[in-house]
Amino acid sequence: MAGLTGRMSTVIKAKVSKLLDRAEDPAETLDYSYQKQVEQLQNVKKGIADVVTAKKRLQMQESSLQRSVVKLDTQARQAVSAGQEDLARMALERKNVAQTELQSLDGQVSELEEQQQRLTDSEQKLRAKIEAFRTKKEVIKAQYSAAEAQVRISEAATGVGEQMADVGLAMQRAIDKTENMKARADAVSELEAAGTFDDITGLGTGEDDIDRQLKQLSNGPQVDDELAKLKSEIGAGSPPPSAQIPAQSQAPGATPAEPSPEDAQQAPAGDGQA
Amino acid sequence: MIVRISGEDQYLLADEYSEELKRLESAVVGVVDGGRADGFDEAYGALLDYVRTHGTPIGDADIESSQVILPPADLSFEEAGREFTGEGLIPD
Repeated sequence: MAGLTGRMSTVIKAKVSKLLDRAEDPAETLDYSYQKQVEQLQNVKKGIADVVTAKKRLQMQESSLQRSVVKLDTQARQAVSAGQEDLARMALERKNVAQTELQSLDGQVSELEEQQQRLTDSEQKLRAKIEAFRTKKEVIKAQYSAAEAQVRISEAATGVGEQMADVGLAMQRAIDKTENMKARADAVSELEAAGTFDDITGLGTGEDDIDRQLKQLSNGPQVDDELAKLKSEIGAGSPPPSAQIPAQSQAPGATPAEPSPEDAQQAPAGDGQA
Repeated sequence: MIVRISGEDQYLLADEYSEELKRLESAVVGVVDGGRADGFDEAYGALLDYVRTHGTPIGDADIESSQVILPPADLSFEEAGREFTGEGLIPD
C-alpha cells in the first residue's frame, strides 16, 4: 500500500531492522533484544510519569484559576455596588479571560488523561510481549539448530521491536502535546504572577498594557451583558443605600450627604471616634 | 494480512477485506490531496473502523509483525499531509 500506510510501515520497519542489525550471533541477538526491550519498558514508565506530572500541573492551575474567577466575580459585584463601573468592567473582563483559560485547560486535562490511558495500555501490551519473548527464547535455545534459531529469533525480535517502535511513537506524540500545553500554561502562569487574575482593587483607573491585551482577548458584548445583568441584580435586590440608613442614623457624626459604600466602610471608624 | 493501528492493536484481516481496505485508503488520500480538511476525520475514521470491525485482534502475548501499519487515530489533517510528502510522522 502506498501513501498513508506505506510510509508509516516503511519507517517503523527500518527502525526495527536497525535495532536488530547490531547483533549477528543468535545468542547475542536474543540478549541484545531482551535487554533493549526491558530498557524500553522503563522508558515507557518514565513517559507515563511525565504525562501524569504535566496533568497534575494543569490541574493545579485549574484550581487556582477557579479561585480567581470567584474572586473577580465578587470584586465585580462590589464595584457595581460602589458605583464604580470601570472597575466592575475590568473585573468582568479579567474574569472572562480566566474562564476562557479554564475551559481550555479542561480540554487539555482530558486530553492528557486519554493519553495516559493509551500509554498505560501500550505499556501492558509491551510487557506481555516481552514476557512472551522471554519464554520463546528459552524454547528456541533448547529446540533449534543455530541456523533455524537465527530465523525464529529474528522473527520474534522483529515482532517485539515493532511494538517497541509503536510505543516509542505514542510517547513522542504525548511529549510533543504536553510541550505545547506547557507553553500555554507558562503564559497563563505569567499572567497570574503579574496579578492579572488576582486583585484589581489595587489598580488605578489608568490602563496598562495588560488591560489593553485583555480587552482584546475578552469578549466585549459578553462583558456588557454581564455588567448589565449585575447592575440589574444589585439594583433590584436590597439596594445598598437603604441598607445603610439605620447605621447612619445611629452615628450622629456621620455626614447626611448621599451615602455610598465608601462612606459605609468608613462608618465604623467614625463610630469609634464618636 | 496483519494490520496494526498505531497506538492501539494489531488485527488479523482476512484477504477478502483487502480490496475494501484499499478503497477506503484511496478515499483518505483523495481527501488529503484535495485539501478537504473537514472531510478528513470521517474518511480516516472509516478506514480505522473497518479494520477494527472486520479484523480479529492479535493477543498481547502473540508476537507478530504487521504487513501494514496505520498511523494513530488522532492523526491530524496536517500530519496526514506530511505523511504523503515524505516528511513522515517519525523523523528518519
